Amino acid sequence: MNFEMPNFVPAIPEIFVLSMACVILLLDLFVTDKGRILTFLLSLATLAIAAVLTITLHSGEAVYTFSGTYVADPMSDLLKVFIYLTTAGVMIYSRDYLLQRNLFKGEFYVLTLFAVLGMMIMVSAHSFLTIYLGLELLSLCLYAMVALNRDSEVSTEAAMKYFILGALASGLLLYGMSIIYGMTGSLDIAIVGEKVMEADHNNIVLTFGLVFIIIGLAFKLGAVPFHMWIPDVYHGAPTPVTLFIGTAPKIAAFAMVMRLLVEGLQGLHVQWQDMLIILAILSMAIGNIIAIAQGNIKRMLAYSTISHVGFILLGVMVGETYGYSAAMFYVIAYAIMGLGGFGMIILLSRKGFEADRIDDFKGLNDRSPWFAFMMMILMFSMAGVPPTLGFYAKLAVLEAVVNSGFVWVAIIAVIFSVVGAFYYLRVIKVMYFDKAEDDQPITATTDVKLVLSLNSLAVLALGIFPAGLMALCMTAL
Amino acid sequence: MSDLPLLSLVIWVPILGALLVLACNSDEKAPLARVLALVVSVVTFLLSLMLYTGFDVTTPEMQFVEKTAWIPAFNVFYHLGVDGISMPLIILTTFSTVLVVLAGWEVIKHKAALYMASFLIMMGFMNGVFAALDSILFYVFWEALLIPMFIVIGIWGGPRRVYATIKFFLYTFFGSVFMLVALIYMYIQSGSFSILDMHQLPLGAAAQTWIFLAFLIAFAVKVPMWPVHTWLPDAHVEAPTGGSVILAAIMLKLGTYGFLRFSLPITPDASAELAWFVITLSLIAIVYIGFVALAQSDMKKLVAYSSISHMGFVTLGFFIPFVIYENTGSMSGAAMGLEGAMVQMISHGFVSGAMFLCIGVLYDRMHSREISAYGGVASKMPWFAAFAVLFAMANAGLPGTSGFVGEFMVILAAFKANFWIAFLAASTLIIGAAYTLWMIKRVIFGEVTNEGVEKLEDLNKREFFILATLAIAVLVLGVWPAPLLEVMHPTVDNLIQQISSSKL
Repeated sequence: MNFEMPNFVPAIPEIFVLSMACVILLLDLFVTDKGRILTFLLSLATLAIAAVLTITLHSGEAVYTFSGTYVADPMSDLLKVFIYLTTAGVMIYSRDYLLQRNLFKGEFYVLTLFAVLGMMIMVSAHSFLTIYLGLELLSLCLYAMVALNRDSEVSTEAAMKYFILGALASGLLLYGMSIIYGMTGSLDIAIVGEKVMEADHNNIVLTFGLVFIIIGLAFKLGAVPFHMWIPDVYHGAPTPVTLFIGTAPKIAAFAMVMRLLVEGLQGLHVQWQDMLIILAILSMAIGNIIAIAQGNIKRMLAYSTISHVGFILLGVMVGETYGYSAAMFYVIAYAIMGLGGFGMIILLSRKGFEADRIDDFKGLNDRSPWFAFMMMILMFSMAGVPPTLGFYAKLAVLEAVVNSGFVWVAIIAVIFSVVGAFYYLRVIKVMYFDKAEDDQPITATTDVKLVLSLNSLAVLALGIFPAGLMALCMTAL
Repeated sequence: MSDLPLLSLVIWVPILGALLVLACNSDEKAPLARVLALVVSVVTFLLSLMLYTGFDVTTPEMQFVEKTAWIPAFNVFYHLGVDGISMPLIILTTFSTVLVVLAGWEVIKHKAALYMASFLIMMGFMNGVFAALDSILFYVFWEALLIPMFIVIGIWGGPRRVYATIKFFLYTFFGSVFMLVALIYMYIQSGSFSILDMHQLPLGAAAQTWIFLAFLIAFAVKVPMWPVHTWLPDAHVEAPTGGSVILAAIMLKLGTYGFLRFSLPITPDASAELAWFVITLSLIAIVYIGFVALAQSDMKKLVAYSSISHMGFVTLGFFIPFVIYENTGSMSGAAMGLEGAMVQMISHGFVSGAMFLCIGVLYDRMHSREISAYGGVASKMPWFAAFAVLFAMANAGLPGTSGFVGEFMVILAAFKANFWIAFLAASTLIIGAAYTLWMIKRVIFGEVTNEGVEKLEDLNKREFFILATLAIAVLVLGVWPAPLLEVMHPTVDNLIQQISSSKL
């Protein structure tokens, strides 16, 4: 038997992140609490170098390796860069928060890096097995991170819930994959794609497998009715972990949807289109309506995430390239907005004060007009009000939906985004129109303030000049 | 001179100026912020006057056109231009903002810089709405406008301001999202978001009806037409004086402007088909809301309802041509209705703005808007009383004031269409006079009723200047509307051409 050396070049960023995660894991054993800043800086450097590697190796076309189980294509490169960016944002926002709560441990950074590795594998996977591998690597890291604050009852409960439901969903996904494997005889997504294309799209067994795959995906994305874990986990996890779960993994989950449904099961498009429409409408409805009743801003943003997932699914549902690029634009826009939104909670929190109730934002305009303005941009962006990034994300998806002939779906979507506007407005209302209950100055460090301002201004700037990011998403597919 | 990008300037000078004003965001720097805001608004007003002087009244073509690629992926352009419909509205906007800045001069003490900056930003956005020739650009300005108004009502408003401002935001937001879907639909059909391309786009009867209805929801909420008007009295009552002025003078015009720019030319057949519906709603607004105004005890609410009633005249004027065409088979006389409605838009901008400013003058002194809290103001504030009576007369449509010109033209056109429409429309001359003059009688005339009124002081120089400027505008437009009509004429003829040629 001939052993052929695989082409490692497309996987260099992954190999680098893996090596660095191991190095940091070891190094962290030898640093004192005071020297732990080194861990933090090294982790950031890892992400930066990985970004440089990804961009340098970017070739503009798909390069397959490891016997076709792995691919580096324009989409994966673009998504990876945004995964690095949002993760770096998470790390910067959370440093001070973790320090104040005695959680500034090496584990956080090592787990984050492994999670990033998992996402990179998900994004670049080109076989059912690699997808599953990446997904599990990511999920296991996230379960542990949610429980990072092990003395907190809420956190451990959330972690248990997340773990059990997550394992169940992974099982369902795996079951679906095995059925498809049984029908097509291959795990390679390209081959599966061809076989499914040839098969009759009413094939009952394939549809059966598809249903399980959709359930698994819907769980990971957090689409209704598989959303139960989202509010509890977002609420229970320490805010930096919520920040992390709410942003980068959405990008990876989107990639997973693209690989499985679009590349693998395009032949069953008629089938999954209907399923995605139902999931999307339910997500927008339940997410937006229940968010109104929340008093905790982490829970509110959790439900808002669910509604945003609905929009992302609408873009995918279209089943054409313009729909996918609209969905991709939306998911990237959402990651940027979500990073800012949860970052704002971290900004306002301090030792012994979580700032996770909506009321904690009362009178922010009197305490800090600048950050009240930043939060206002983020909230209007999530509500989809121009001139912010969120508007163009919605516009792109709606354009795709109308273009594919589903005008009624577009109308339902806009109606629910009006419902959604209400709770975002409420946050602006408490910031601007109510008196402050809390007159402590904002204690966040300069780097957090700086990056958060950049983050929010990016939402505004990309709203005034959205062309560049849109073009990137167009060319990546 | 003409190579200046004037439209971009009237949009971006106030917005960038607002950022400067915001930089003075502390109580010590408030005087500087006010001066800066005044300078910015006056400069913008002067710039907008250059639009008038440089305007070519012989052509219906768009003028001062600017076009740059903005979002190539969706074929969206930064495309600006004005014609005889939008140019006067831009001048009205810049003019009103100068007065609003002056009106808030000493009155707004809390966060003055933010207040001034909000109005400057609003001015920029409103100019953007009127100047945009790309529908996405239009939509962006249209929606973005809600943000500063939301803030203005919410921070400086009355006791129920939060309720009012959220209601205002959600109502308008709800209306406009349907317009967005309609715009996207037409983009898919034509491959372009350009408003001018949409005018040429052939559409079937069913598609036209749906698009017309989508636009109707968006614009009817904004105008506002009965029965989606309920946000307006709340917003007006709770808003600070400046907010009410901008709401009444400009924001309501955005809705009627939308009818002219989108509904009529894009869906002429659906407009003709559904003209009876809009006319019915307009007549209900004119008559029923007129009676509602009669019953009000709060001055601001009364003027708010009177605004709805007057805007009913505008929408009536827009759709009368279809009835004329149906009855007589020709469009002669139709121009009268459209032009009358447009004059009414401008005139209402001045008159309602002036009414709210008058109420603001009283409110600043007495902190009450209740009609019953006043009485005999004339004997203590003679100058004020003179202005208030003049504006009330204009509001009631007295000949010689601007209010008369528009209403008279619309009623004349209505007579061409149908006697009963004209009859109902003309009843506003009586109802309007009744509620306005009755309010004036109770507030201004009669015996001095209480100590508060006893202590009132007459207008100061600043207030006198504001009201005098408006009084001049109202009278000039009333006795000599020709310059305005001249500007509008080619555009209206062109519009009539467009709406009388079927797209089917």
